[in-house]
Amino acid sequence: MKSLQLPVVQLSEQTEALRREIRDFIHEEQEKGMFEPKCDSWLSGYSPEFSRKLGERGWIGMTWPSRYGGQERSAIERYVVTEELLAAGAPVAAHWIADRQTGPLLLRYGTEQQREFFLPKIAKGECYFAIGLSEPNAGSDLAAVSSRAVKVEKGWILNGSKIWTSGAHFAHYMITLCRTSPMNQQNRHEGMTQLLVDLSAPGVTVRPIHLMTGEHHFNEVIFEDVFIPDEMLVGEEGNGWKQGMTELAYERSGPERFLSTFPLLEELVNILQLTGEKRLMGQVSRLVSRLWTLRHMSIGIAQMLEEGTAPDVAAALVKDMGTQFEQQVAEVARLLVSASPSAAPSSRFEKLMTEAILHAPGFTLRGGTTEILRGIVAKGVVGK
Amino acid sequence: MNDITQILISSTTKIMKDICTKELVNEAEQGRWAADLWDILADSGMITVAIPEELGGNGGSYTDALSILRLAGKYSAPIPLAETFLGNWLLADLGEQVSDEPLTVAFPKGDEQFRFQKHGDEWIISGKARFVPWARYAKWMIVLGQSDVEPVLALVRPANGKIEYGQNLAGEARDTITFDDVLVTDCRVIPIEFERVINQLWYGGALIRSVMMAGALERILELTLTYSSERSQFGRPIHRFQAIQHQLALLAGEAAAAGAAADYAIEAYQAGRLSKEIAMAKIRINEAAGTAAAMAHQVHGAIGFTYEHTLHQSTRRLWSWRDEFGTETEWGEQLADQMMTFAQNELWSFLTSK
Repeated sequence: MKSLQLPVVQLSEQTEALRREIRDFIHEEQEKGMFEPKCDSWLSGYSPEFSRKLGERGWIGMTWPSRYGGQERSAIERYVVTEELLAAGAPVAAHWIADRQTGPLLLRYGTEQQREFFLPKIAKGECYFAIGLSEPNAGSDLAAVSSRAVKVEKGWILNGSKIWTSGAHFAHYMITLCRTSPMNQQNRHEGMTQLLVDLSAPGVTVRPIHLMTGEHHFNEVIFEDVFIPDEMLVGEEGNGWKQGMTELAYERSGPERFLSTFPLLEELVNILQLTGEKRLMGQVSRLVSRLWTLRHMSIGIAQMLEEGTAPDVAAALVKDMGTQFEQQVAEVARLLVSASPSAAPSSRFEKLMTEAILHAPGFTLRGGTTEILRGIVAKGVVGK
Repeated sequence: MNDITQILISSTTKIMKDICTKELVNEAEQGRWAADLWDILADSGMITVAIPEELGGNGGSYTDALSILRLAGKYSAPIPLAETFLGNWLLADLGEQVSDEPLTVAFPKGDEQFRFQKHGDEWIISGKARFVPWARYAKWMIVLGQSDVEPVLALVRPANGKIEYGQNLAGEARDTITFDDVLVTDCRVIPIEFERVINQLWYGGALIRSVMMAGALERILELTLTYSSERSQFGRPIHRFQAIQHQLALLAGEAAAAGAAADYAIEAYQAGRLSKEIAMAKIRINEAAGTAAAMAHQVHGAIGFTYEHTLHQSTRRLWSWRDEFGTETEWGEQLADQMMTFAQNELWSFLTSK
């Protein structure tokens, strides 16, 4: 049961100063018309220009060593920067995956050459990555991955496909989980390897899969005899499953797991203030209390990651509760303020409501479905 | 968490496990005072934690005291520990001496105000307080009211008034005390700033109940995990079924959220902030209490619904405590007062500032 106890984190004055700095920056950019607040901006707010600006200020790859373009700041400082960006609904999708998980993965398992080549580019906000896990026949059952790489002279030949790949149409590379030995039914986690695939290489096809809104985020990425040079192997051949799972720990429990609809919540509060509906605000205060709690749990996990513990169970738990919360915001908002969310919204509230409702199904699917997460939590607390 | 807090936690856990048994809690509900439990806590110096030595206390922080209280909540301790903490902290704040005798606090509801008339060296007291926790066992009771000249806080002996027994949903003593122009020599009457003291009691009360509920939620999670491992149906322990696993995961989530909310409310109280953090914690933990109690019962099946099983000792307390010192609606209104007044687009600042 110790696995559920999270530390109480006191943010230092230095961290709060950093918060003011990023907040001012965001405010200025918004005033300049650089962006409009958007729900789910870490998935759908694509702006290479904004990413580059963050890179210039040292807000991408913040925790990495300076020799790779990082700022050597703490995980908590990075946390504060990312939560400020998400709360503002700022367009951070371009660099999000690279900053959140590719960088840490390469720092942990990458070769020196890979780190020197990729990390500074990522930190500048110029090099974007896609996640290469799910496949048409491997969703929640990720161990069913069947994309296959065969060893040839000086490299590998990759065949297969990845699916639900957010941003593959703008990303430069993908960390691809594939089989380098035939599947062993007794231990399906064996024989998997992570390869760094250049998405502009011959044999790579990126096919859009439009969301139900018509927006283009998802893709299917097809590999036909793609040559991957030896130096693009990440970590060890055959260790891909374990490495991929480490990557997932960074994916869960971050502020993007409960702030995807925050811009709508803030707009809801704005409206109730203007209309003077104190009783309805009382109902919003329950959402706010939930959010306050989730945020502190999530910061506690960030602190544990910083200290080198892997709070997998707590991370799965926060992601489950956080994504339920994101969906709940839209449900409460629609009952408290009458509006007509639509493709041609007449107010900011309607626009955010439209985004929140139509993006909501994805919240509890991406990065591990609710069902998978609850299984992880239950097994973790039962201790079996 | 420092070493002293750790020692307090381990010794309190031992006391609770040894003495605060299922039988003791049930007997208390039948009307027996848990004297042994109180005495051992008093002898170990646990009752007056967080009060300076010069005022008769044992030193230490609120965080220390609330760690003890969380365990009292976890083990359903049938004693006015929370009320004694709350009352003594208030007295210490007013510069008064405290003791380790059982104390309770009558939080004034509606127009329940006591009147105190000076009569030579004595006081004539009148007033009525309902639902006072553990009043029949308390040596002293804090009541708020008016003297002829000013608002006052008074320390009176419940035994000097008329005591009508009552109980909350968990069978904890919640008594009605009536003083009908009673002439009292044995009391302390202290002038106060009324609004400030009411505020301290209201926020302090929400905090102590929140912390106790966090403890009780930890307990029902443990009981449910144990039960789901021991109980077999269809040839396997029920925790192997996905439907049960999902309940366990949600229950664990509520318990963990309550624990985190309580931790941050304690931190705020320790820093002297009687404000939004305690309000948000009480709201979140109240919600957790209802949701988690329902899930714990569902997993336990019929046995958990009986008096024989221990589960009800915690779930009935959760259902009582969530309504004591403010429901979600009451605290929601207080939070709404603050949320109506900050500037537009300031929700995030409100959440991230102290």
